[in-house]
Amino acid sequence: MSRIFATAATEFRIAFRNRWVTIATGMMVLFALVLAAAGAAPTGDVGIDRLSVTVASLTSLAVYLVPLLALLMSFDAVAGEVERGTLPLLLTYPVSRFEILLGKLIAHLAILSLAVSLGYGAAALVSLWSDPGTASGIASLFRLTWSSVLLGATFLGTGYCLSSLARRPSGAAGFAIALWLVAVVLYDLALLALIVSDGGGELTTKALPVALLANPADAFRVFNLSAAAAVAAAGGIGSAANAIPLWQSAASLALWPVLAILAATAAFRRITP
Amino acid sequence: MTPPLTISRLTKRFQTVEALKDVSLSLQPGMRAALLGHNGAGKSTMMKIILGLIPHEAGDVSVCGFRPGSAEARAQVAYLPENVAFHPSLTGEEQIRHYLALRGESPRRAGELLERVGLGHAAGRRIGTYSKGMRQRVGLAQTLIGRPRLLVLDEPTSGLDPVSRRDFYDLLDTLAADGTAILLSSHVLTEVEARTDSILILSEGRLVAEGTLATLRARAALPVTLVVRPAAGAGTLLSDALPEGVKGEGGVLRITCTQEDKLQRIARVAALSAHIADLDVNPPSLEDIYSHFSRRDGQ
Repeated sequence: MSRIFATAATEFRIAFRNRWVTIATGMMVLFALVLAAAGAAPTGDVGIDRLSVTVASLTSLAVYLVPLLALLMSFDAVAGEVERGTLPLLLTYPVSRFEILLGKLIAHLAILSLAVSLGYGAAALVSLWSDPGTASGIASLFRLTWSSVLLGATFLGTGYCLSSLARRPSGAAGFAIALWLVAVVLYDLALLALIVSDGGGELTTKALPVALLANPADAFRVFNLSAAAAVAAAGGIGSAANAIPLWQSAASLALWPVLAILAATAAFRRITP
Repeated sequence: MTPPLTISRLTKRFQTVEALKDVSLSLQPGMRAALLGHNGAGKSTMMKIILGLIPHEAGDVSVCGFRPGSAEARAQVAYLPENVAFHPSLTGEEQIRHYLALRGESPRRAGELLERVGLGHAAGRRIGTYSKGMRQRVGLAQTLIGRPRLLVLDEPTSGLDPVSRRDFYDLLDTLAADGTAILLSSHVLTEVEARTDSILILSEGRLVAEGTLATLRARAALPVTLVVRPAAGAGTLLSDALPEGVKGEGGVLRITCTQEDKLQRIARVAALSAHIADLDVNPPSLEDIYSHFSRRDGQ
């Protein structure tokens, strides 16, 4: 246990020195504030409180930004150690590869949590300041925060896995960008194409829920949108999300980080320094 | 007590290349052994197998009685890799604190360890700003953590200046006196000659020689060279008196003879002392012995 925390403390220090804490926090706060400001205008007559609308916008932001930040922080985790030549010495220490990855995960997750909390917190403050009666949205904001952390953990774990498979930082960076594009952007486009071509038939009702649950980014979106009061404000895939019970998207969100870190450990174990 | 290291009939293959063939050796507590061999002879491979970093095909390796790479073995072995590297963003002290924590020791000892390798003044600076010699000292400091029973050092003195090398071997002597077995590889034969108990020569993956320098010298039976410098004007006289001598540059005569003949030959030369300016007796150097063993195998 102490070895995991020692690794986490050192990794946090390295990430801090490499300005990852500043970059991640800065990006989250900036984007969240822009959304809060932009979303403030048309809410008056929609009949929902301003914070719930902000949470809906933040969900769409988080689906893109959280995986991106997580992959950017994690792609170097193993490949960087291989490239620098620090791995052989580390592996002669009485610490298991699983413990090393867990230590890195704790450090990176702490940074991500900090960035997400500050970003969402800033957006919430703006909403509360302009519409004091918005406190009912606090619960969905809290839900968004912890589900963002789970989403981040999934992509951190996947990043470690790619990092171990690529063994070179440049290759790992390429893999990470490709994964982000596929999982976050292309996957949804493919699903949209499916819905349009199928026209609400068998495929949409049967395959779509499974496809949404199978992708952690979509499970995150479905979970937050179907849990929040502002589903109507989100539209799009949100309406399809209603067909999925809340526990299923929550289970997908909770299961993915475990799978990702197990896959990363398996890939890391295959490296002979 | 189980010996720190026992290897029997170790074989390692990389695809079709046999990196190590049938290597057997053992190290006792407090023994300092030097592993010599040309580039690609299998030194680093053997070390990585001992550390459990890479698997081996055949043979048994036991580290303090445990399987290499097992948690028990790793807890008792310290390693200094060739070209040791650290994260450039950490300071020397932070790096050592991390390694102390990984071995379950108090991180407060970091300053003391860095002091011991002469890095106390730079402990608070980032490793990215260190010279190669300083990084090597950080690497050395981390091997001192937790009183290891076996030290595996791959080219430990590369990048160190002569004074640092001497300090390094002094440090090894203290560790060996405490019972730590040391296996080190080096290209600098002269320092190995003076500061180790046993020499292991690897060639093409085979252990071609093993023993103290004296044993190896006797086994190689290489000739002793007498270098005779004639007094002014006595060159011709001497070369007539010592016909076996080969003329070298500056008029010196080189006479080679076996170890057993040495005294008798010196006596003959000494009888001509009136015509001699100087006499040097050169025993075969470690370089000679080393090339003798590694070449014989190459043929």
